[in-house]
Amino acid sequence: MALSCIFETPVSGFNFDNSARNAGLENVLGDGKVKTPRPLKTGTTIAGVVYKDGVVLGADTRATSSEVVADKMCAKIHYIAPNIYCCGAGTAADTEKTTDLLSSNLTIFSMNSGRNPRLSMAVNILQDMLFRYRGQIGAHLILGGVDCTGNHLYTVGPYGDMDKVPYLAMGSGDLAAMGILEDRFKPNMEIEDAKTLVRDAIHAGIMSDLGSGNNIDICVITRDGVDYIRPYQESEFQEKRQRKYKYRPGTTPVLTEKVIHLEVELVEETVQKMETA
Amino acid sequence: MNTRGLRSQLKDSVPVTGLAPQAGAYGVPDTMRRGFSSVKNELLPSHPLELSEKNFQLNQDKMNFSTLRNIQGLHAPLKLQMEYRAARQIQRLPFLQSSNLAIDTLRGTDDMIGFEDILNDPGQSEMMGEPHMMVEYKMGLL
Repeated sequence: MALSCIFETPVSGFNFDNSARNAGLENVLGDGKVKTPRPLKTGTTIAGVVYKDGVVLGADTRATSSEVVADKMCAKIHYIAPNIYCCGAGTAADTEKTTDLLSSNLTIFSMNSGRNPRLSMAVNILQDMLFRYRGQIGAHLILGGVDCTGNHLYTVGPYGDMDKVPYLAMGSGDLAAMGILEDRFKPNMEIEDAKTLVRDAIHAGIMSDLGSGNNIDICVITRDGVDYIRPYQESEFQEKRQRKYKYRPGTTPVLTEKVIHLEVELVEETVQKMETA
Repeated sequence: MNTRGLRSQLKDSVPVTGLAPQAGAYGVPDTMRRGFSSVKNELLPSHPLELSEKNFQLNQDKMNFSTLRNIQGLHAPLKLQMEYRAARQIQRLPFLQSSNLAIDTLRGTDDMIGFEDILNDPGQSEMMGEPHMMVEYKMGLL
């Protein structure tokens, strides 16, 4: 049904019609008692370390929605390019969508030019995108990867600020994880030491922060390939759910049994032949 | 002089500095087509990003052209803007989807994906405008 109040085709992109409505609703309904629902935040611990042959990224797997655990096996290490992976903290949907867009843009670029993308290009695209939205997109990201210039680890904040560091932790559990990393990080470590260090850092974050928990995922990126170990370590508090709730016969004791025969008498019988050819 | 028609020709090139007033014919708010208006809603945007997103492409272009002018002289943005103007005229009728391929190629956005390509696709909008009215509005006759 064609509406006569529409004069131009709607502009694609973000639509802000509802924010006026929401502001009006909050004023009318509550004076602060009624609030619009909050987006799903991942209280998180993510960490990354540059070692001798590449980069190790680690993350916990809990996604929280205020005080309730919304997802126990959330994947926080996102694929960006064959040689670049990204851990995301902050609002879950924002990190997902931003990393998806970044991954699509880099795929188009590598199809156009025939090269593997570089980390600095990924970081630049992210910075432009996030600064354009002035921090309204709540994505705190750690990008790690190996390209032709070496092994790199970058962090990008929601306003577009960027830092290039050899070891890094982010999220609500980052203080605990950073303590472990500051204490035991050495440049040019071996792979097993690097994996243990990241695992310990995430473990410290899980132990000290309510928003992080459950399992630990590790992603090892080297020049030869990527090893995405999910889960690297499961939490000790796995519940054992039965999944099947049928009772076996004899669970309930039978006290008495009474059998009554029903007398059936044949009143009418009709036979209909069926074609079974 | 038909100022309404003149405004429609300039509609695409003048960046709006605030939210568009709900003016209809004779400059009076057109309650029947656009609903009740309130001055507060029109002066202040309800979302901090609303204004900057509305003008984003225009501001980017202005910035790029002025940088180009400073580096290469006046001829560079003049020639580019001539091409933009030519490309902007390759459009379908107002109520139909145009692919904007020439504009995308000039801007370099034909190999980039942003939120404009994913969210709120005009080809899948739930509301359809009336074709006759849309053409008349575009020509400034309405």
